[in-house]
Amino acid sequence: MDLFEYQARDLFAKHGVPVLDGDVIETAADAAAIAERFGGRAVVKAQVKVGGRGKAGGVKLAADPQDAVAKAEQILGMDIKGHTVHKVMLAQTADIKDEYYVSFLLDRTNRTFLAMASVEGGVEIEVVAEQNPEALAKIPVDANEGCTPEKAAEIVAAAKFPAEVADQVAEVLQKLWKVFIAEDALLVEVNPLIKSGDGKIIALDGKVSLDENADFRQPEHEALEDKAAANPLEAAAKAKGLNYVKLDGQVGIIGNGAGLVMSTLDVVAYAGEKHGGVKPANFLDIGGGASAEVMANGLEIILGDPDVKSVFVNVFGGITACDAVANGIVQALELLAGKGENVTKPLVVRLDGNNAELGRKILDDANHPLVQRVDTMDGAADRAAELANK
Amino acid sequence: MAIFLTKDSKVIVQGMTGAEGMKHTRRMLASGTQIVGGVNPRKAGTTVDVDGTEIPVFGSVAEAMEKTGADVSVLFVPPAFTKAAVVEAIDAEIPLAVVITEGVPVHDTAAFWAYAGSKGNKTRIIGPNCPGLISPGQSNAGIIPADITTSGKIGLVSKSGTLTYQLMYELRDIGFSSAVGIGGDPVIGTTHIDALKAFQEDPETEIIVMIGEIGGDAEERAAAYIAEHVTKPVVGYVAGFTAPEGKTMGHAGAIVSGSSGTAQAKKEALEAAGVKVGKTPSETARLAREIIAG
Repeated sequence: MDLFEYQARDLFAKHGVPVLDGDVIETAADAAAIAERFGGRAVVKAQVKVGGRGKAGGVKLAADPQDAVAKAEQILGMDIKGHTVHKVMLAQTADIKDEYYVSFLLDRTNRTFLAMASVEGGVEIEVVAEQNPEALAKIPVDANEGCTPEKAAEIVAAAKFPAEVADQVAEVLQKLWKVFIAEDALLVEVNPLIKSGDGKIIALDGKVSLDENADFRQPEHEALEDKAAANPLEAAAKAKGLNYVKLDGQVGIIGNGAGLVMSTLDVVAYAGEKHGGVKPANFLDIGGGASAEVMANGLEIILGDPDVKSVFVNVFGGITACDAVANGIVQALELLAGKGENVTKPLVVRLDGNNAELGRKILDDANHPLVQRVDTMDGAADRAAELANK
Repeated sequence: MAIFLTKDSKVIVQGMTGAEGMKHTRRMLASGTQIVGGVNPRKAGTTVDVDGTEIPVFGSVAEAMEKTGADVSVLFVPPAFTKAAVVEAIDAEIPLAVVITEGVPVHDTAAFWAYAGSKGNKTRIIGPNCPGLISPGQSNAGIIPADITTSGKIGLVSKSGTLTYQLMYELRDIGFSSAVGIGGDPVIGTTHIDALKAFQEDPETEIIVMIGEIGGDAEERAAAYIAEHVTKPVVGYVAGFTAPEGKTMGHAGAIVSGSSGTAQAKKEALEAAGVKVGKTPSETARLAREIIAG
């Protein structure tokens, strides 16, 4: 889960990383009092989870409280690369002498943590990495040893920070590491990390991404979720404990296992090339169990998507036998009918693997007018795409 | 022959007495696996009756190894306790630890992986978030259904459980030496490359099927390894061409970040290394058949 800048700032402050005073608002009028508190001047920053907001006009300097309201008004509601601005952060202005970059992240390739640091901050770090790679120091950090004072000094030296800020930056690195560990983060990034006119090191802007697998031991992270921005179908699926991602096509997908469902999306997209360019409408993995209740929950979400024209249920019976899955589908349709749901979209069902013959017979015997059985994955995808194109 | 797991493997189960642990211990036993014990410090000294087989429960991995000669541990331990359980397996120097658990925080996986390295990597770790591995007709360590395929000459390595089953089933008449589910997390123990190396060295394996998915660069690195070191034919499949950028697709590691980790890049890298890559799982099976038929 990626956080907004103001949330990152709050986590930085919580763990002692030096930040400037700031406050987040959703109504422009509230900007005046905050700017007042800062002594009049303030930076008004769009809160969006996408880079390049400065170039898009999402960061403005306000000269006084009245101007802060005006600038907040301009920025709120703005569209930045498809992200609507619902919140702005007002921050104290800074006297910037130098701009640096520091981060800790998961290095998947080397299966370790990595510190990155550069004295060329304030620009997109990908650009520095590409155009001037020697200006970006990359130092592995052992997960069990952590960012010790020695490691912090090593990072500072590798990135060639000026001597007068070396100790301060090393200290910030150790505090940033605390954020990384204590919050179960996948990324903590400060860009820019600035040296102010009076020689202080301050985190001016930051990015944090959190590991959702750690939610069970991070009870405070739930409050950081941007529930307003979540797709309503995704939110409903999450409430039912389903693993669902909304996409922009017409063929609803239900399958078991993340890999098989991803593959199903691809196969439907290929089949769609022959049927008016229809595409998968969603990712939905109902897991190994595929009980009637889970199947009903999944179908309910997918049938509730107005974009869906047909549904493809793709199940490989491994641990779960296909007869159980077939019974699940039949019962799910009964459950939905019993709830008064108007099920009108055709369902193409492909069952393969354990007890596939039995499962297919159950579907045939049920003889539901909306259910069509196709026994190969490619064939079923083709049929579902064809039905979605009618 | 097979890789990592044979009929002689003596398997213990960490977390055997939990619901998932019991269910799959029963299935592993039924498919012929030598299950020699379970580990649960609170139930040490007791035995568990699994369909008429008495399985002893030990207080630690080390004790189980000492008393039974176990050389494989399968872990069905909840995410909050997985790190400690893997560290225990590493400390006991068990040769193979198969971590089935889904939802392990990546900081914990990174920590036990670093710990394994600091102890000289004496324990091969498979997973986490994986279905385990099977050498059909010999042994089954994990949750892969044993009755959908037969033993044979194909070696399979995959990030995905259900795609493993799909391919095992489609190619069941030819059969598999071993099928290894390496898991879909951002950090995993055994990689595609480790399995490719073992299959290349395994005399019974004649062809390798490799299944990848979006996220990270493991497939690209595997492609480079294949070009350099693998002389046996390799058929590949990559899932997630239609996955949108920045969305996690079920597996914690299955995410396209910016322009990296895309299925297209992985497919191209594999093809450049001479790997035939199928467009769908069925086409992948067909490609494997064509190669076997010569």
